[in-house]
Parts: sequence; structure tokens; C-alpha cells
Amino acid sequence: MNDAFDLRINESHIEVHKFHGGAILLSMIFALLLQAFVPVYLPKTSILDLPLLITIYFGLSRRNPSTGLLLGTVIGLLQDSLSKTPLGLFGIAKTIIGYLASSIGARLDTEHPAARFALTAAFFALHQGIVVLVQKLLLAQPQPWFTMRLLIACIVNPILGVFLYYLLDRFRKS
Amino acid sequence: MAGLPSRHRSLFLLAGVVLLQVLLLAVQIRRDSQGRLIRVWTVSAVSPVERSGAWGIGKIRDAWRHYFALSDTARQNEELRRENGQLKLEIMQLQSKSAEADRLAALLNFKQKQAKVPMVVARVIGASADANSAVLYLDQGLNEGIRKNMGVITPEGVVGKVIESFRNTCQVLLVTDRDSGVGAMIAYSRVHGPVGGMGEPLLVMKFVGNDEEVKIGDRIVTSGMDRIFPKDLPVGIITQVKPGGQYKQIRVRPSANVEKLEEVIVLLTTDPLAMKPQDSASGNATTPPNPAAQPVSALTKSKPAEKHP
Repeated sequence: MNDAFDLRINESHIEVHKFHGGAILLSMIFALLLQAFVPVYLPKTSILDLPLLITIYFGLSRRNPSTGLLLGTVIGLLQDSLSKTPLGLFGIAKTIIGYLASSIGARLDTEHPAARFALTAAFFALHQGIVVLVQKLLLAQPQPWFTMRLLIACIVNPILGVFLYYLLDRFRKS
Repeated sequence: MAGLPSRHRSLFLLAGVVLLQVLLLAVQIRRDSQGRLIRVWTVSAVSPVERSGAWGIGKIRDAWRHYFALSDTARQNEELRRENGQLKLEIMQLQSKSAEADRLAALLNFKQKQAKVPMVVARVIGASADANSAVLYLDQGLNEGIRKNMGVITPEGVVGKVIESFRNTCQVLLVTDRDSGVGAMIAYSRVHGPVGGMGEPLLVMKFVGNDEEVKIGDRIVTSGMDRIFPKDLPVGIITQVKPGGQYKQIRVRPSANVEKLEEVIVLLTTDPLAMKPQDSASGNATTPPNPAAQPVSALTKSKPAEKHP
């Protein structure tokens, strides 16, 4: 089996990446642990959403919507289970993000850092929008659509994502 | 799922996974006022269907009842009409019996109050064949002691007198007949004058001089001078007074409803009756306290000089 193969869409060549065994699982667990552990000691890091970055990265890289959305579901539900939110809040948001990232990754070249930054920022905003929407509609918890903290997070997370994605690229099978 | 294109398959998968998580959320979320959200959703989702179903079934049932299940309606309608007619007839009969019971109760009450006065309650069984004469036939006669010239009354007042008596029936001449006459007087002023009929519903009081004080509304009672009726029985109310050539023209409305008689009392004596105010004819609110309403014994002590025509 090839480590990477071409996906031909609209006459453009999009590369689908495979990763070393356990890379996705380890990355996911590591991101969740950091997300749950680090803010205890560094409260400002709570602005980061490492599970989301992992979801976006593997969605963009794997470029398979089914795999992407299932990965988002698992990560989201695990994140929910580690937080006080009802199971499904982040699950729904990350499922959709995983699906969209995989779908877009299959159509666009997402290897460029600028593209990664822009897509991550967009997905982050969309993720927050979905979370707020679910909180409003299902949980009856009124949440603001926009805050300064959200704006900062919308910038910081993509920046971190660009570097994180570069690090995760190391786990690709060449 | 296997036959679907990959892109659609992932879309379905997305929808399914999201839906499952939404349901998962709904199971967990508990609204204080409405219980778990899943229940709220379920009820919200089911109730419109139930409401629509109930509405549809109601319409279908109404349509069935009103349009299709009418095979027996005509027959039922006919039966109901017949039953309705019978019920109306029964109601009329009951009302009639009720009225009759009231009348008989009044007669019985009157008779009980006059326990010492011999009298016979009789039922009107016929009327005169002559339209110009006011005559009734009663179902009591000689066998009950009814004789000619006995007075016939109701608790409301004078009705007439017996003009013929047979074994089991008698003939009564009403006060409204042209040939009838009752010895009477004005209750307040004690002015005497016979009251007779004119073949009309109203009576006429005769031989009351123009100089006598007579007012509309004055009560007319029997004077006892005709030796038919006891003294102070209600005869009628003066409704019209006009000065005449020598005597006043006085019209009197009978106290007894002589046009609608069904049961009457035949007095077997001319002894005075103890008439109480409620037994007397009413209607003279303008007149001062009525001597006629007093016990007969008291009246007889203050009886003024009688006038005769």
C-alpha cells in the first residue's frame, strides 16, 4: 500500500496522506491531555483548543469526509467527557468541522502555511459558532456570538495550528 | 448506504452522527419546567401529529355521522316527531291537570274555611246552546241537595244562580246573562243596587243615584237582600261610572272569571259566609279599608240603611 496517493479532482492533484501507526490516536490523546491539564497551571492557555486543531489537521490531511467526521466525533465526545459540558456539545461541533475539513482538504491544497492559517481561523470561528448555537438552542444557555477573547482565540489558535501542523507533518509516512 | 456515492455516504454519515449527538444532548439536558429535553422534543414532535390525527379522525367521524350514517335518520326523525307530539300533548294535559288541581285546591280551601256552610262543589259539564243566554250545566243536581235559586260562586266571587235542578245535573244562569240579577252593594259606601248582566262580559249596577259617591275601582259585594247569596260575597269591581238621567251608569267587571269556569261551588244555604280578605275580590287599592273584608258578624252590626230600587 502506498503511503501517499493522488486524488484527482477537477484535474488538480491533491495528495492524500497516511500516518504512522498510532500517530492519530496518540496525537488525539496528547491534545486532550494537554487541553485538560495545562490550563490548570497556565490559565491563559485555556484560550487554545488543541483537540480542534488536531481535528482540523487530520481532516485536511486525510481528506476523507467519513474519517474526518468520525475523528471529530470521537475527539469532541472525549473533550466533552473531560469537561462539564453535556456529551455532544463539542462532539457535534467537531464532527461538522471534521467533515468540512476533510471535504475542503480534498479540494484545496492545504499544505501552505497561509492556507492552513486561514482555514484554521475559519474553522475555529465556525466551531465556536456551532458551539454557541447548540448552547443557545439546546442548552438554553445564552452565549454571546462574539467577544474579544474569541477574537484573540481566533488569531492565536491558527498561529499555533500552523506550527502544530508542521510538527504533525513529521508523523506522515513519506 | 452501500449503493450511495462516497460523497453522499459521508453526508448521510455526518447527518446521522450529528443527529445521534443531538439526541445524546437531549437525553442529558433537563429543563426545570419541562423535564428532560428529549421528552420536550418527543412531545413537541408527536403532539402536532396527534392533534392532526385527532382533527382528521374527528372530521372523518363527523362526515360519517352527518352524511353516510343517515340511513335511519328519516325513520328516527319521524319517531322523534311522533314522540315530540305525544310529549307536547302530555305536557298540555299535565298543565291542564295542574291548573285543575290548583282550582280544586282553591275550592277545597274555600270549602274548608266555610266548613259550617253547606255547599257542593260541582263541575261544569255544559253550556247553553243559545248564544244569547249565559247558562251553564253542572254535574250535580237534586241528589246533592241542589235546588232552584241556590247561589253559585267560586272563591273569587259570584257566578250566578241555579235556575233548574235535575236529579244529577242543574242549570245555572250566569250573572252576565241579561235576565240575571244579584242583590249587591258598594263595599265602601254600602250603597245598594242590583247588579245584572247585559249579555256582555261586563255587568251593570242599577239604581244608584247620581248624588251617591261612586268611584272607579270600588268593590261590589252581595248585599244578601236577594235571599240567594250570602252577604258580602265579591261580585265585581266598578270600571266605569257615568252620570245618567236619574241614576248613575255603572259598569262592573265580575270578580269571578265567568267565561272560563270549570268548577264551581253551589251554596246550599243563604247563611252569611265568613269571607277573609284574601277570599274577597281584590283590586281596589284606592278605597279605604274595606268593611266587607271584616267578619260578617261585625259588618252586620254596622249595616247602614239599605236602599231598594
